Amino acid sequence: MQKLIAWIDARFPLIKTWEEHLAKYYAPKNFNFWYYFGSLALLVLVMQVVTGIFLTMHYKPDAELAFASVEYIMRDVPWGWLIRYMHSTGASAFFIIIYLHMFRSLLYGSHRKPRELVWLIGMMIFVALMAESFMGYLLPWGNMSYWGAQVIISLFSAIPWIGDGLAEWIRGDFVISDATLNRFFALHVIAVPLILIGLVFMHIVALHKVGSNNPDGIEIKKRKDENGIPLDGIPFHPYYTVKDVVGVTVFLMIFAAVVFFAPELWGWFLERDNFIPANKLLTPSEIVPLWYFTPYYSILRAMVWDFLWIPAKLWGVIAMGASIAVFFLLPWLDRSPVKSIRYRGWMSKTALTLFTISFVVLGYLGTKPPEGLNLIIAQISTVLYFAFFLLMPWYSKYDKTKPEPERVTWAGTRPEEK
Amino acid sequence: MKRILLIGLLAGISGMAIAGTNAGVKLDPVKIDLRDKPSLQNGARIFVNYCLSCHSAAYMRYNRMGRDLGISDELVKENLLFAADKVGDLMKAVMPAEDAKVWFGTAPPDLTLIARARKPEWIYTFMRSFYRDDNSPSGWNNTVFPNVAMPHVLYEWQGDRRAVFKTVKKKNVVEQEDGTKVEKVTETKVFDRFEQMKPGTMSGQEYNEAMRDLTNFLVYLGEPAKLVRYRIGVYVLIFLAVFLIFAYLLKKEYWKDIH
Repeated sequence: MQKLIAWIDARFPLIKTWEEHLAKYYAPKNFNFWYYFGSLALLVLVMQVVTGIFLTMHYKPDAELAFASVEYIMRDVPWGWLIRYMHSTGASAFFIIIYLHMFRSLLYGSHRKPRELVWLIGMMIFVALMAESFMGYLLPWGNMSYWGAQVIISLFSAIPWIGDGLAEWIRGDFVISDATLNRFFALHVIAVPLILIGLVFMHIVALHKVGSNNPDGIEIKKRKDENGIPLDGIPFHPYYTVKDVVGVTVFLMIFAAVVFFAPELWGWFLERDNFIPANKLLTPSEIVPLWYFTPYYSILRAMVWDFLWIPAKLWGVIAMGASIAVFFLLPWLDRSPVKSIRYRGWMSKTALTLFTISFVVLGYLGTKPPEGLNLIIAQISTVLYFAFFLLMPWYSKYDKTKPEPERVTWAGTRPEEK
Repeated sequence: MKRILLIGLLAGISGMAIAGTNAGVKLDPVKIDLRDKPSLQNGARIFVNYCLSCHSAAYMRYNRMGRDLGISDELVKENLLFAADKVGDLMKAVMPAEDAKVWFGTAPPDLTLIARARKPEWIYTFMRSFYRDDNSPSGWNNTVFPNVAMPHVLYEWQGDRRAVFKTVKKKNVVEQEDGTKVEKVTETKVFDRFEQMKPGTMSGQEYNEAMRDLTNFLVYLGEPAKLVRYRIGVYVLIFLAVFLIFAYLLKKEYWKDIH
C-alpha cells in the first residue's frame, strides 16, 4: 500500500492534494450550524448527478414520449420512483441549501475581502443552478413545465429590438415545442452540469487559497503558532469530516422524510398541473414557477407602471435581472469595518432582518395572483429588497460597531472565560 | 401570441382556467386507504368495466395492477382484459380516441394520473354529482364540472336525479364609465340539492361506497409506489436515526480535546 501510494505520488500530487484540502487545511474551530451547508450542497450536487444519470437511461427527450417515459420510470423501472423523487426533491433541497449557504455569508461577511472571488464564483454557481433547474423542469413535459417555460422564455421578448428573435432562437421555434425540449435536455444533462462542476471546483480552490471565514468574521491566519499553524485552526479532516457526517445524517433524515412521505410537498415541490401532459390549448388557471424562483417572479410582476418611455413589462424584466445581478456587487457595497453580524450595530441588523422578511414575503406572493393588497405588499417588499443592497454603502459604514475579538469565540464567549 | 402571453402574465391573468374547476362547489371528504385491498379490487373492477370503455389509463399495465392488488394473472385475463390481449399490455381505452371525439365533442382524458392532477375529493364528489339536464347534448350535467361532455355512465346504479337550484339576489355596487356608482341587483342561480326522480339499483349508501372504492383505486393508479414508499421510508428513517447516534458519538470523541 505504501509503495503504491509512493508510486502514484511520484506521478500525481496525491499526498499534497490530500493535505492541502483535507488533512492540513486548517479551518476555524468555531463553525456553527450555518457552516453545514457547503458540504451539504456538494452532497446534493453528487446526488443530482448520480440520480440524473439513471434517469437519462430511461427518459425520452421527445415531445411525444417524454411524459409517458417519466411515468414509465415511476411504474415499470425498478426503484425508478425513488430515483425520480430523489432527483425532484433534490432540486428543491439544492435551493434550500444554497439559500441558507448564501444567508450565512450575509450574516458573517464571508463575501468580504479576501473572499470576493469565492463569492463571485459562488454567485456564478447560483446562476448556473437556476438555469439548470429551469431547463430540468421542462423535461417531464407536464402542463406546468410547458406553460412555465413558455412564460419565462417569452420574457426575453421584452428586450427591445432583439427580444423576439432571441426568444425564438432559445426555443428553436415560435412556441415551446419538441425542438425546445430536445435542446433543454442537452443543456440540462451535459452543458450546464459541466459548467456547474467546473465552477464548484474553482469555488473550493479559491476558498482553500484564502481560508474559511467564521462566525466572528476575523482572520485566523493572523495568529499562528511556531509551526505556522493558525492558533484557532483545526485540520478539516478528521474534525470537520466527522462533524459534517452528523450534519449529513440529519439532512438525509429530513430529505428522506420528504422523498418517502410527501414527495409533492403539498404542491410546493411537484405541482398538480404537472400531472397533466403538456397541452398548448389548455392553460393552467395560474402559471406559477417553482418556489425557488417565486421571489424574483414577484419582483417581475411588481412593476406595473410605464415609466420613462419604457413599458412596465420591460421594467419588470430589468428589475428581475437586477435583483439577481445586485448580489454580485455585495463585496463592494459592504463598507462595514467588521464582517460578522455579531459585532455590527442596529442598522445592519435591522437591514438584514428586513431583507430576509422581504425575500420570504416575495417568495410567498410569487405564488399568488398580483392583485390588490398582495401587489402593494410585493411592491413594498421589492423596495426593501433593493434598499438592503443600494443603501448598504451608507448604513454599513456609519453603523456603530463593537470591537472584534482577538481570537475566535463560541457565540461571543471563549471556554476559558466560561 | 407572445405579446398576449406576456401581457397576460404581467396582469396575472393567464387565459382560460382549467375546465371544470367550479370553485363554488363544496367537495365531500373521502376516506383513502390503500391498505384496504377489497376496496381497491372493487375499484379496479368498476374502473375496468365502466371507465375503461372510453377513458384510457395508458401509463399502467394490467399485470402490474394485478400484482399490486393481489389479483393473479389468470384472474386478470378472465375478468379484466376487455381492451387488450396480454396481461402485460398498457390499459388502453376500448373506444378509439377519434371516435370518442366525434361522439362526445372532446377526447376523454387519460385517467392514470387524474387523482394527482385533481384531488381525490374532487373525483369522489364529481362521480356523485350528475343530474338530468335536457339542455345538454348528453342529457346529463354535473354540478362539480358544469356542462361536462361525459354522460352519467353509472346512472343505473344511482338512478335518475334532477338538480334543484335556488335564486340568490346579490347587491353589487358597479362603477359606471362616468365614475358614478350605481347599485345593481344581480340574480344568480345557485345549486341547492338533488332530487331523486327514479331509484337506482343501489341505495345512496351503496353508491357512495362504490364511488369511494373507485376513488381509492384511482389514488393507487396515480402512484402505485405509494403502496411501498411509506413502509420503506420508515425503515430508512430508523436506519438513519441509529446511524445518527453513532455519528454523533464519533464526532464527540474526536472533538473532546478541541476548545
